[in-house]
Amino acid sequence: MRSRPILISKSIWDLIGGRIWQPLQGEFGFYPFIIGTIWVTVIAMLIAIPPCLLNALYLAEYARPVTRALLKPLLDLLAGIPSVVYGVWGMIVIVPWVQHVSPSLSKLLRIKVSNPTGFSVLAGGIVLAVMVAPVIISVVYEVVESVPDGLRQASLAVGATHWQTIKYAVIPEAIPGIIAAVVLGFSRAFGETMAVLMVVGNVPQVPTSIFEPAYPLTALIANNYGEMMSIPLYDAALMGAALLLLVIMVIFNLISAMILNRIIRHKY
Amino acid sequence: MQAHIQVRKLNVYYEGVQALKDITLEIPKNKITVILGPSGCGKTTLLKSMNRFLELSNTTKITGKVFVDGMDIYTPGTDVTEIRKKLGLLAQRPFPLPMSIFDNVAYGMRIHGIKRGADMNSAVEHYLGLAGLWEEVKDRLHVPAASLSIGQQQRLCLARGLAVEPEILLGDEPTSALDPISAQHIEHRLQDLKKQYTIVLVTHILRQAKRLADYVVFMYMGELVESGPADDMFENPRKARTRAYFEGEF
Amino acid sequence: MHKRFRWRYIEEFIIKIMMILSTILIAGSLAAILLTVIMKGLPGLNLAMITQIPKGGYYLGKEGGILNAIIGSLYLAGGGTLLALLIGLPIALGLNSYASDFQGHDTRWSILVRLALDVMWGIPSIVYGAFGFTLMLFIGMRASLLAGIIVLAALELPILTRAMDEFIRMMPFELEDAALSLGATRLEVASTVIFRQLLPGLATAVLLAFGRGIGDAASVLFTAGYTDRIPTSLLDPAASLPLAIFFQLGTPYPEVQARAYSAALVLTGIVLFTSLSSRWLSRRLGRFAVK
Repeated sequence: MRSRPILISKSIWDLIGGRIWQPLQGEFGFYPFIIGTIWVTVIAMLIAIPPCLLNALYLAEYARPVTRALLKPLLDLLAGIPSVVYGVWGMIVIVPWVQHVSPSLSKLLRIKVSNPTGFSVLAGGIVLAVMVAPVIISVVYEVVESVPDGLRQASLAVGATHWQTIKYAVIPEAIPGIIAAVVLGFSRAFGETMAVLMVVGNVPQVPTSIFEPAYPLTALIANNYGEMMSIPLYDAALMGAALLLLVIMVIFNLISAMILNRIIRHKY
Repeated sequence: MQAHIQVRKLNVYYEGVQALKDITLEIPKNKITVILGPSGCGKTTLLKSMNRFLELSNTTKITGKVFVDGMDIYTPGTDVTEIRKKLGLLAQRPFPLPMSIFDNVAYGMRIHGIKRGADMNSAVEHYLGLAGLWEEVKDRLHVPAASLSIGQQQRLCLARGLAVEPEILLGDEPTSALDPISAQHIEHRLQDLKKQYTIVLVTHILRQAKRLADYVVFMYMGELVESGPADDMFENPRKARTRAYFEGEF
Repeated sequence: MHKRFRWRYIEEFIIKIMMILSTILIAGSLAAILLTVIMKGLPGLNLAMITQIPKGGYYLGKEGGILNAIIGSLYLAGGGTLLALLIGLPIALGLNSYASDFQGHDTRWSILVRLALDVMWGIPSIVYGAFGFTLMLFIGMRASLLAGIIVLAALELPILTRAMDEFIRMMPFELEDAALSLGATRLEVASTVIFRQLLPGLATAVLLAFGRGIGDAASVLFTAGYTDRIPTSLLDPAASLPLAIFFQLGTPYPEVQARAYSAALVLTGIVLFTSLSSRWLSRRLGRFAVK
């Protein structure tokens, strides 16, 4: 929209594919940042999805009303914590932990590590995972709740256990909603700025392992706005990054909105 | 008359309100027993007490005993899933599981580990045949079950329930959601099946009861008013209320 | 027929354990975050901190407090929420009345608007900030309170409008008819009955949006700037708590870092307070609402 006039002097493919980011020399390859964002987001999702699914199922199927009443506000609180505070927590707790754990963990996973600090993709992934958790949990919860009881009863009537009913009847029925929740979480993690920025290291290179630092697209825009004006084309590049981010997010949102809409219509 | 199920002094409370009062009765083997009564009289509650479905809601309280083949199914420590295997339930609205027709029927067998492999194919065919559905679906066994018409879905649910080899079939108004032709189909199936199974049906359609019942149980406001062989009950109801019901007064 | 130890029961047991572990993990994360903030921020938190602005020329000065950020944040988020409310409330009301009597959402217009709001909802705050910045350059505005308010309003708008929309949709439309049949004019109905009914929902929505806006850093980064002083006019730059935390944490001076932690504590406190009061408020005002 508004950044297009500034972008006229660039060619898209060069930007996305370009690997070198050296503003002083007029090199503006976005590639390391895109990859960095993808790494962090994917790791965050991998960390977040299993516990969140389990949690949502627990809340919807097993938890006693008392437990449920306690946990749901908790989720709201978690969702409301500002991203900078997540960043602070990340810096104080997660980064040192990663630093502490990476020698042994990398040996276990047989990954070579050259990063002595804890600022890494892993740290970013963990922080993002916790940030995204409330969203995923509440959407999956809603979806599971909305599966009609008659379906559960149909399975129980032939003598299935509760978990078997969940596994074979409830979950398959809820899959579209679960996918939508994941996409929603993914997009939230993708667009997060402050929290990631504070724990991920901000080194413009393509990370080669989860223990390496990275430089997500969002952090790029945030970090450099000060120097933007002094170097030619720098501001255009950053605006281009913002535009790219916008486009990606819009696509994600449309997809998940469409899926959720289809589910809601399907029910009534 | 041989009793398959015996209910002794059954009392059921929903959130403090008493839904069933001191019910004592016997369900005969290999016959169709119909539980009749106006809405809200507790017919479905009575039915669901037999496969321990009442516990699905955590506000119910149950006292009394229900004996199936001489064993009280409410004894603590009993395996509920075994009980539900013995007593199949055909619900009012058919709910096919989110899988193919074949898998729906095979579901129960797989859960309990009854059959495997090649045996499964013939078993699925057998049960679909019992339910009167085989001819219609034999060349599309692997399409999603949801694509069937509602009458077919109900027959599928019947096949699914039969596949775990129950001894008793419970039916909660199994035809009320169906069109007349499908309903008739189900009724015919049930009449066939009583040779092998004991059947307990809940219905509010008097005519259906007259068509199907060998034995009738009449309930009113949570109490057992009268029970007996169908011909007896319909010709000579002993209680005034029973007579009033049969004459359509309420 | 007693329970036997078969595979399916064991499976269920294992899954249950995993579920409980997951729950502990997540609840524990919340606890960890809160604990960290409290432990680090509490020592530095004293009256002086809250009521003073940083002294020492450069904004990373070693003495003083965070009043500039507190006031700045309140101005920014307050102004932004107000602006969002002014724009969003008519939209929410319009969505629900131009589509046939508070019922149904059939008009193409309303579907489009809702879709647009949904998309806006997902846009990351930094994109809002970047666009706001571009706009500022275009107009020739400098980093200021006003710019920050506008950007925050844009950020909060979808959240606010969507929340209000949900509440208005839930309202039974017979309510309006019932009041009208007693002889009230349309305006009287709107201002008394409907307003009372909607109040808890609106209040909750406003608080929700406020909480989101006050905690956001990326959008105000470019647009509101940062300063040591409390803004006295709309064109002054304004400090905000999230930025205060961010900038001060990055300095090598422990006293300044301590300020950052205190700021984090204050910010978290504000957000929690907002969240809790929105619950309390909706329960309190909701007493008069018809379900």
